Amino acid sequence: MPDSIPTDSIGIVSPSVQKFTTPLALDCGRELKEYELIYETYGELNTDKSNAVLICHALSSDHHAAGYHSMEDKKPGWWDNCIGPGKPIDTNRFFVISLNNLGGCSGSTGPITINPDTGKPYGPDFPIVTVKDWVRSQARLADVLGIDQFAAVIGGSLGGMQALQWAIDFPDRLRHSVIIAAAPLLSTQNIAFNDVARQAIMTDPEFHAGHYYEHNTIPKHGLMIARMLGHITYLSDDAMRGKFGRELREGKLNYNFDIEFQVESYLRYQGELFINRFDANTYLLMTKALDYFDPAADYDDDLSKALANIKSKSLIISFTSDWRFSPERSLEIVKALHDNDKDFSYIEVEAEQGHDAFLMKIPYYMDTFSAYMANVK
Amino acid sequence: MTELRRDLAIISDWIKPNCRILDLGCGNGTLLKHLRDTRGVNGYGLEIDTDKIITCLNNNINVIQTDLDAGLSVFDSDSFDYIVMSQTLQAIYRPDLLIEEMLRVGREGIVTFPNFGHWKARLHIALGGHMPVYGAISYEWYNTPNIHLCTLSDFEKLCKDKGIKILQREVVTTEHKSSIAMRVLPNLLGELALYRFTKK
Repeated sequence: MPDSIPTDSIGIVSPSVQKFTTPLALDCGRELKEYELIYETYGELNTDKSNAVLICHALSSDHHAAGYHSMEDKKPGWWDNCIGPGKPIDTNRFFVISLNNLGGCSGSTGPITINPDTGKPYGPDFPIVTVKDWVRSQARLADVLGIDQFAAVIGGSLGGMQALQWAIDFPDRLRHSVIIAAAPLLSTQNIAFNDVARQAIMTDPEFHAGHYYEHNTIPKHGLMIARMLGHITYLSDDAMRGKFGRELREGKLNYNFDIEFQVESYLRYQGELFINRFDANTYLLMTKALDYFDPAADYDDDLSKALANIKSKSLIISFTSDWRFSPERSLEIVKALHDNDKDFSYIEVEAEQGHDAFLMKIPYYMDTFSAYMANVK
Repeated sequence: MTELRRDLAIISDWIKPNCRILDLGCGNGTLLKHLRDTRGVNGYGLEIDTDKIITCLNNNINVIQTDLDAGLSVFDSDSFDYIVMSQTLQAIYRPDLLIEEMLRVGREGIVTFPNFGHWKARLHIALGGHMPVYGAISYEWYNTPNIHLCTLSDFEKLCKDKGIKILQREVVTTEHKSSIAMRVLPNLLGELALYRFTKK
């Protein structure tokens, strides 16, 4: 709990829900007849509605990007480091919109929502959603809020992929895209990791082919292993060594299979936190959205062609120790932007935190992000 | 706007309006900003110094954080009209390879570097018996970033060996002044050399 709200925080925030009754056609061929999106906003929309910034979230985050829901909250929103008064995404200047994507489990329509056709939760019957579907649904939310053009669309990791897709699919609806710790498509290794995570969930005896809600259970072991695996890929080898080394929890080897090394304890703790807040079916969907992301596929597998018609200026940021989406992956985007003579800047932040660095308050990251955003008008 | 440094002013005059340039070691983006604001020139600056990169972003300059010693592999051949490298050549691990890269990626190259053949440098070595420390090369031998200093003659020999055609040459002092004497004895009197060159 914060004793008092920090002065550079947006403060107490509360979400809103927008219901959509016009069916949304999805890439998978199915459609959602109706759906809801939960979102939060920070800052004030100006009179000509030109200062809106859209935040796109990553795999396991949601609409609560900044501020606190109550004084009882232990932590602020997931990107409070970057969103707030005087922060890179300065709420004194921008009207920030952050939503939970379709298929999510934090309030937007997803597997845990009741399917109006059956009266039961969608569960595994929730259609597979893609980054393009999300971008379309986000554009509809912008329509409702009266925003024709975003000052910027911003995201890290899977969120950065949405920002890139926005620039491609709606070139007239954003002036800037900020793509952080992302990639233009997943590597084979990325897909492999995602599949191990999915297999962990789907082979859990409590999974019940995705219908675990009806059995009043959750595939917690599978979800926990998926999260533990994810966590390993979010951290760098150096960061893990620095944090835990080979430290033993009890100071000695016990010659058994209980938790002995501190890193085991940490991963299991992270896994347990996760099963209490995240839905396994949503996790499956999110990893699929990642696997399918490939904007160049619509343009003869040529990323340069895919970016030919974008109009936004871009900021691309990568982190040196990020091996999930390494700087080389960001450079693929850089190359395609340059092939088209687009205006952009590329920053490679020296950081030892791995992929997770994009969430952290690293001075050079904050300084470059702020300097770029100062010119977002 | 403050007056542009003499060497940058000369480079600006060499560059045709409305073209695309890549500025290697662009510093605070001064040249790019000047070219953008006065000549409609667009392009990118490459820089590795973090403070300078922040200044570039503040100046709304397209900056790409990269180490020039890693080469220009991210850029396709012939993708720029000019590749500019101002007072950076001498700090590069393999200047010869980078110059080749410049002419692969761009139509023309422009470089500036401190002339190690300047009379002051010669005096420091010949009479003082120590490495020159003055003006454009004001570092001690052990902490200098300038690992490949050369003279005008050296640079022109490299161009000749590589089949590079020099299109224009200027020399100025570190105060960025130019004189008739300097034009007669550039390798002795020029502190800073400027070259524009292309493939033969």
